[in-house]
Amino acid sequence: MIKAILIFNNHGKPRLIRFYQYFAEDMQQQIIRETFHLVSKRDDNVCNFLEGGSLIGGSDYKLIYRHYATLYFVFCVDSSESELGILDLIQVFVETLDKCFENVCELDLIFHMDKVHYILQEVVMGGMVLETNMNEIVGQVELQNRMEKSEGGLSAAPARAVSAVKNMNLPEIPRNINIGDINIKVPSLSPF
Amino acid sequence: MLGYDVSWAAFNIVEVMSSSKFTYKRIGYLAASQCFHEGTDVIMLTTNQIRKDLSSPNQYDTGVALTGLSCFVTPDLARDLANDIMTLMSHTKPYIRKKAVLIMYKVFLKYPESLRPAFPRLKEKLEDPDPGVQSAAVNVICELARRNPKNYLSLAPLFFKLMTSSTNNWVLIKIIKLFGALTPLEPRLGKKLIEPLTNLIHSTSAMSLLYECVNTVIAVLISLSSGMPNHSASIQLCVQKLRILIEDSDQNLKYLGLLAMSKILKTHPKSVQSHKDLILQCLDDKDESIRLRALDLLYGMVSKKNLMEIVKKLMLHVDKAEGTTYRDELLTKIIDICSQSNYQYITNFEWYISILVELTRLEGTRHGHLIASQMLDVAIRVKAIRGFAVAQMATLLDNAHLLTGNTQRNGICEVLYAAAWICGEFSEHLEDPMQTLEAMLRPKVATLPGHIQAVYVQNAAKLFATVLQKHEGETDSQVAQETSQLLIERLPLFVQSANLEVQERASCIIQLVKYIQKLQQKNVEVADEVTALFAGELNPVAPKAQKKVPIPEGLDLDAWINEPPSESESEDEKPKSKAVFAKEEPKHSRRHTEVDEKELARRREVRKQEQANNPFYIKASPSSQKVFDAPGVEHIPVVQIDLSVPLKVPGMPMSDQYVKLEEERRQKDKADKKKKDKKKKREKRGKGRKADSGPESEEDITPAQQVDIVTEEMPENALPSDDDDKDPNDPHKALDIDLDKPLADSEKLPVRTHRPEVLKSPAEDRENESIPQESKKKSSKEKKEKKKDKEKDRKRSKEEKKKKKKHKEVEEELMESQPEEAVQSEDTKEMAVPPTSAEASDLDFWLSSAPVPPAAQEVTAPSSTAAVDTSSAAAAESEPDEPKDTEPEDTKSSKHKKKKQKKEKEEKEKKKKKRHHHHHHHRHHSDGGGEDSVQNGTVEDEEPLPPMSNYSLLAENSYIKMVYDIQGNHQDESKVVVSVIFENKSDSFLKSMEFNVLDSLNSKLQRPDGAGPHDGLTVPFQLPPGVSNEARFVFTVQSIVMPQKLKGTLTFIVKSEESSTHEKLDFKLHFTCTSYLITTPCYSDAYAKLLESGDLKGSSLRLEGVNMPFHHLLARICFHHHFSVVERIDSCASMYSRSIQGHHVCLLVKTSDQTVTIDAKCDEPSLLGNVLDEIKQTFSKC
Repeated sequence: MIKAILIFNNHGKPRLIRFYQYFAEDMQQQIIRETFHLVSKRDDNVCNFLEGGSLIGGSDYKLIYRHYATLYFVFCVDSSESELGILDLIQVFVETLDKCFENVCELDLIFHMDKVHYILQEVVMGGMVLETNMNEIVGQVELQNRMEKSEGGLSAAPARAVSAVKNMNLPEIPRNINIGDINIKVPSLSPF
Repeated sequence: MLGYDVSWAAFNIVEVMSSSKFTYKRIGYLAASQCFHEGTDVIMLTTNQIRKDLSSPNQYDTGVALTGLSCFVTPDLARDLANDIMTLMSHTKPYIRKKAVLIMYKVFLKYPESLRPAFPRLKEKLEDPDPGVQSAAVNVICELARRNPKNYLSLAPLFFKLMTSSTNNWVLIKIIKLFGALTPLEPRLGKKLIEPLTNLIHSTSAMSLLYECVNTVIAVLISLSSGMPNHSASIQLCVQKLRILIEDSDQNLKYLGLLAMSKILKTHPKSVQSHKDLILQCLDDKDESIRLRALDLLYGMVSKKNLMEIVKKLMLHVDKAEGTTYRDELLTKIIDICSQSNYQYITNFEWYISILVELTRLEGTRHGHLIASQMLDVAIRVKAIRGFAVAQMATLLDNAHLLTGNTQRNGICEVLYAAAWICGEFSEHLEDPMQTLEAMLRPKVATLPGHIQAVYVQNAAKLFATVLQKHEGETDSQVAQETSQLLIERLPLFVQSANLEVQERASCIIQLVKYIQKLQQKNVEVADEVTALFAGELNPVAPKAQKKVPIPEGLDLDAWINEPPSESESEDEKPKSKAVFAKEEPKHSRRHTEVDEKELARRREVRKQEQANNPFYIKASPSSQKVFDAPGVEHIPVVQIDLSVPLKVPGMPMSDQYVKLEEERRQKDKADKKKKDKKKKREKRGKGRKADSGPESEEDITPAQQVDIVTEEMPENALPSDDDDKDPNDPHKALDIDLDKPLADSEKLPVRTHRPEVLKSPAEDRENESIPQESKKKSSKEKKEKKKDKEKDRKRSKEEKKKKKKHKEVEEELMESQPEEAVQSEDTKEMAVPPTSAEASDLDFWLSSAPVPPAAQEVTAPSSTAAVDTSSAAAAESEPDEPKDTEPEDTKSSKHKKKKQKKEKEEKEKKKKKRHHHHHHHRHHSDGGGEDSVQNGTVEDEEPLPPMSNYSLLAENSYIKMVYDIQGNHQDESKVVVSVIFENKSDSFLKSMEFNVLDSLNSKLQRPDGAGPHDGLTVPFQLPPGVSNEARFVFTVQSIVMPQKLKGTLTFIVKSEESSTHEKLDFKLHFTCTSYLITTPCYSDAYAKLLESGDLKGSSLRLEGVNMPFHHLLARICFHHHFSVVERIDSCASMYSRSIQGHHVCLLVKTSDQTVTIDAKCDEPSLLGNVLDEIKQTFSKC
């Protein structure tokens, strides 16, 4: 079982959070902080497995992560998952993102968080691996997107909802988001 | 969402979820999956919405609902929706099927009652044509089985089949992991697994798969750990592969290699020890995770010889790794390594103590208590070391300021606890107790934690006693008096302590000392009395001792101690007991004090009397001490410390000096030994014999000190019990459900009975669907019921048979000359039964045969080879490793024992039998066929079926005989597997067999890459005389509607003692249409739909003069033609099968008075025609 999937950037800003077990929000924040702390201090050329996230689960759990350019992809899994298998799954996931967004970068994850979630939903469901074949995943995601398009997409949202979003009192969003080298360079790894 | 609370939007989310547009619905479900949980109250509003979405005609609505639900399913939702999800498991779209299968796991977790009703369907999905669905089902079952493996043992054959046939690495990894969990429960399974796993290890290029295989092989080896000497090859293979992983430049592989290595270490430390160099190298790796894993391994690397060296290396690391958690890990590891298995590897405890003392110099470690407990343990249990330990501890106490000076070092001050206690308890060894006492009473001590202060105070008193004892004889009692004075001066500091324990002890002792001081001034000798306060030794007590104290016989804790109060009395009592807490109390207590002294004395006397008579009263006699003073403890020679070496080597840490010492000592020992050896040699030379002086072995190293390691104390006749450490709150515990039991009525899933908005067309559709399904459920239940009855019958007959068998065995022993015949006849009997066998015994059966090449579905030995088969099956049972198996039934095991005895007698026989070894899978397959037909519900036997076989003769000459069977493959629609059994009939050795077939346009033999189209395939084995073995050949076929014949040749070399000749044998492979069919279960609802669809074309067949029971007839069709029974009503049955290319074949079989009519439908008329012809042929034969 996969217990959580976290994606955050080099500064620890979460970009995608997916817990398959309920944690209260403050606990979630703590987990993200702890995980970032553990992962960020590791060199790029050390192994991708980590034990001892004390907040999630016990000794049965492992953190398996990959670092792509500005983003860390971290999976927290228990012992029923194969370590190398999960590493490969991360690669499949990132390659799928790359395919769906065409050169995926951190900004894609920020502005299309929903789409990233939809893609993830085709890979992992309820903590269990659903599909590992990239073509199949991309195919399903595209079919669903086509369906969304045929419905007119979000632009056809009722006016009430649009105005509600516009009037929402959000803290000021910075205009210039400077992220630097943002492209996630997906290295082509040999299939597992 | 993203770590922020959005619960305020919960209701809006529900609104969006119920939107009719997919775009919004998807967003709604996504939001819900992110923030809903069991505590969300609006979740109960969603039940109907989700149900509607699940049954939506749009597959993506359903998919989105399933995905969402998987994240927030609650027990209520699970209960209400379980049935809907179960229906979705047989949805037409694989996309929905796989999601439905996966979510079932979540449903099981929340609503365990659903597991049993849903399980048959889940199991069926293991053989789903879509690989995604299959993988999902494997995933779910593996997840379930990981928690409660024993319930899933019966699935092992199925998984075994999947493992040998699947090519999907994900599925393989999961299955192999699952087997890793199953093998500890069933050692026989492990034996069966070893071979295919080793093959996989050799063949796979995927590292992940390789790693998991190695892991499972390790698990198997652990489960087999005792016995099985011939698996050293497997261990070597594993270790060798792991070494490759560890040496890899990829850090991930290195890490995993070390991880797996540590698993081998537990059972086969020797094979790991040879890689010590590699592991020590990993200790220097820059990656902390890898260093930690390497540390784990070190644990098993140590021996008496290298312990000091390894620890020295670790100590260097400790110095380097300042201020990290890694250092703490190192520290615990050092202690673990040294203390493992009762200090087995420590030859010099002085060295160990000094290591511990060195470790106390670490700054900021959290493990002070660990060091402390080690110090205590060693000092208590190793008597010989006490003198040295006390000296070291006294120094520690003296330099306590070094340890406590920094607030950061708080963890380490725990060591002082141990130091103080050791100095106090073994103060007789102290050189200068006065100085230590002074050190313990420094004002600075008051800054230590309370529990340490308490120990200080208590042990100060002990030291005081020692000082008194020492100086009392002297005429000048100055020292003793000074000591008392010191205590009286310093102790008030502790009396003011905030810690109650310290305060209490200090007050007690200060009063005591004051009293003693008075006596001293009167020149009364008090030393003996004061020492008596601390007399007796404190023994180490095993941590579990208290738990293991047996309940004394006759002790009933629930029984009344006094006469139970009568009714009326208890009424009286009530107000009284209330009053205890109220006003009446003072009066009550005063009355007590009024009782006069005489009365008290009398009562005491009576009580003593009672106690003396009461066998359960624990008396003051020191019975525990008796254990300690067991004979042999005292007269162990006491240490002689070699004092010729100076105690401190300048510039070198203390412990190092011991390493040097040790080396010198060993050398000296060696020299001594050599001298002795030489002497011996000289003596022996006269006799002309050489004594070998091999390299220094483990036993040669004599410990520097004869130590007596006191074992921990346990109560007499302690109960040998293992603790059940299972977490009672584990949600998986609820899923510990026996899945083989038939379903009871009460276990049906709740089905919604009324629905207000049913009139829409999709809903109606669903209703139609659910009706046949329910009827099906019922019928399947009935079948199961029947099956159970059958099982009972079978058990009964089995028992009878066993009695007979026993009888036979006796006979066997009598007529040793023809034991094989006896076994044979006994076995033919069993042969007749397998089709009726129930699943559990099938598993036994499946397991009882030794490793088999990749499993086929239905095979039985042809009648001509039956004789060989049966005897070979017998041989399989008397395989040498068989008796070790744990059979559930006593009778069986006793049978095995007998066999063992028999075996010993028949050493010569064994060889003969072994030759048949390769045969026995026939029997296994025949049984597999029987199992299949039972599962499909075909056989409702009133009488057992005759044995059946699908193997038919391929060709035969005087040297060799070939029989073959053809099976389709689920995974690949254009491939069939031909299994050929080669049997050597001659007295010569057959080798270099080559199998070649003349390909037709339609069917081709699959040859390895690079081979020409006319090259033959080498058969991968040789045949000694009388042996047979099976090989498989894969053929690709294009069209499957027509039967075909392929010509082929087998060439081989016959090698007898004097000559070898080339021989060849021609044969014709007959591909029947039947061989393209695969037994596929089908539910009646789907079957009805299929027939209604109108895509199928019909045909029919009439058979006259068939006089066999209807169920035999069905079983034959099932077995020989790969059909499964969908439904049977009296003398009418519907059957189903599928071709490898997905053609559906449906049969309706009716019988009346020896006439059988078969109406058949299929989407490919020519295929159908041919299949019917073949069925006709089958029945014309008999």
